[in-house]
Amino acid sequence: MNSGSSKPSQFSVSELDQKARYVVLFLVLSGVFWLLFGTLLALVASLKMHLPDWLGTAGWLTFGRVRPLHLNTMVYGWASLTGAGVALWLLSRLLKVPIMLRGYIIVAGMVWNIALLIGSIQILAGHSRGIEWLEFPVSTMVLIVLCVIIMSASVLMMLVMRKVKQLYVSVWYLIAAFLWFPLLGLVSSLPIFDTPTVQAGMNWWYAHNALGLWFTPVGLAAAYYFIPKVLGRPIYSYGLSLLGFWGLALFYNWNGFHHLIGGPVPTWFVTISISASVMMVIPVVVVAVNHHMTVVGSFRAVINSPTLRFVVFAAMSYTFVSLQGAMQALRSANEVIHFTHFVVAHAHIGMYAFVTMMLFGACYYIIPRITMREWHSKGLIKWHFWLTAIGIFIYTVALQGIGVFQGFAMINPDVPFTDTVTMTIPYLVARSVSGLLMTAGHLIFAWLVFRMTWRPDEQPATPLVWNKIREEFAS
Amino acid sequence: MMRNTILLFGIIATFAIAMFGLTILPKMFIDEAVKEPTYFTPFEVTEGHRIFVREGCIYCHSKQVRPEGYGADFERGWGRASVATDYRNLLPHNLGTMRTGPDLASIGARQPGRDWHYINLYQPRAINEHSIMPPFPWLFELVSEDARPGRDGLRLPEQYRIPGKKILPADEARYLVAYLISLDQQTAGVD
Repeated sequence: MNSGSSKPSQFSVSELDQKARYVVLFLVLSGVFWLLFGTLLALVASLKMHLPDWLGTAGWLTFGRVRPLHLNTMVYGWASLTGAGVALWLLSRLLKVPIMLRGYIIVAGMVWNIALLIGSIQILAGHSRGIEWLEFPVSTMVLIVLCVIIMSASVLMMLVMRKVKQLYVSVWYLIAAFLWFPLLGLVSSLPIFDTPTVQAGMNWWYAHNALGLWFTPVGLAAAYYFIPKVLGRPIYSYGLSLLGFWGLALFYNWNGFHHLIGGPVPTWFVTISISASVMMVIPVVVVAVNHHMTVVGSFRAVINSPTLRFVVFAAMSYTFVSLQGAMQALRSANEVIHFTHFVVAHAHIGMYAFVTMMLFGACYYIIPRITMREWHSKGLIKWHFWLTAIGIFIYTVALQGIGVFQGFAMINPDVPFTDTVTMTIPYLVARSVSGLLMTAGHLIFAWLVFRMTWRPDEQPATPLVWNKIREEFAS
Repeated sequence: MMRNTILLFGIIATFAIAMFGLTILPKMFIDEAVKEPTYFTPFEVTEGHRIFVREGCIYCHSKQVRPEGYGADFERGWGRASVATDYRNLLPHNLGTMRTGPDLASIGARQPGRDWHYINLYQPRAINEHSIMPPFPWLFELVSEDARPGRDGLRLPEQYRIPGKKILPADEARYLVAYLISLDQQTAGVD
């Protein structure tokens, strides 16, 4: 992992982890809380799609409020908070300095949680901002951005104080993420987008970049760290890492308008975004090759290590979803799949099969090291993996399968519109079933994390999963 | 090996250029044309738009018609292709990304009757038994049959009636329906 020689007066790995302990745990645990809350909302929204009269008299539980809140709690609660915790821990390890401004970050984390709570109540009470991915009121969004800025300040301080000469590829992605996300949040909160179509452009520039410039860099940084770390071998190619990073920075930024193909905006903006979306094939394939060549020959480790199992699943999902996204942006494909469940599933492969699974994998590695405790059950970790992996697989197959048929039915004027609804119902039921599987997985994960952090008296006597961890701390 | 300055500069530059290209540049191109016309939007319509946003209608109904020849929007009678001036400068934008239900850009032309909308909002299955749209009963008042003489309750099918009661649209339902009926892109150059 050390891409350069170290300066003297090093911190030991366990010193770094002990300093990271409370900050990272607080962020991860907050994230897990919002994961459970967001999962509940997801189930309600999913069931309501085939049981429309269920809870039908409660205004605050109507589909149009629950569904956006599901997205917002998952994005700004689970994935952002846990992602920030993972990112800060990675930076501490890679720059060989403790996380800076730890007290401030914990306060920021508390404010962030309160902001999420207020925002959630606001959406259920009907005060949504009404812009997809930005449903939280601007006040909530600005609070969250301020909290991220404190973390960004910590990250820049760590960069300045670092004890390594060269920056590993994960560091590039993480620095970028901590600069891009607050900028995105601030620009999206500016009151200058005051006409509908311009606001729609900003909307999709923001929403696509929230995934591309915040979650994707954090996820890729984790993949670039954990794959070589767990396998104990260097990443395959520095040149490919470089190409992958700058390709993402150049092209991902421009993708947003592919959400407005056929919409009331000047066509050339859309064309720019389509080109950029197709260009994304370059960084995606480069990163995939780089990861694959690193893993090649060590697939047994992927089966044995819980971290690697999740991380490799996530990395493969990233390749899949990104290539799919590049194809979806083509006008001919978009004509069919735009406005269908296909895109809903596509978004879930991105945020779930890639980002969420990556964060699970990272948690399985990080939490034992910062708590110096052991996971309680190897079997339950396996259950967690298979429930969530099979869950998202069913989700994808059901919704993308029917999404294609729904799309072809919709562009065929001979098919009555009602048929495009009724044909999807069995697959919406399948989606609810897949949601139950993922929910079970999340409950197992939450229980494992809870067991580890709140019941220190009953820790397992021998390491169940991590044979190296105690040796590492003993040294 | 990459220098820090190059890294930081590159991160900010790639972001800033695209930010300008996809947010500021469209603003410069679109705003002028959209801001010129003055929209005399009635109070009921702006309030209706607010309720449309509050109930999250946009998560199932797009409000943008694709051009003729691209998809079957035109053939389905959803109107001509949407243009930037169709949206009366009501914010947030309601372009939408999903068609679990049909596009609403011209719903006012397809369903000009208020009663149809009231029934559909109160209980969508009373209009179309296969509909999966949520009901919005909180936009309505449930009163005794004898109350408010002269005002007829919603004419619902038998199974959705409540004995001894009648259902009247509350203000919010009237605003929302006023907004829905105002949506009409059938003819070029509306407004």
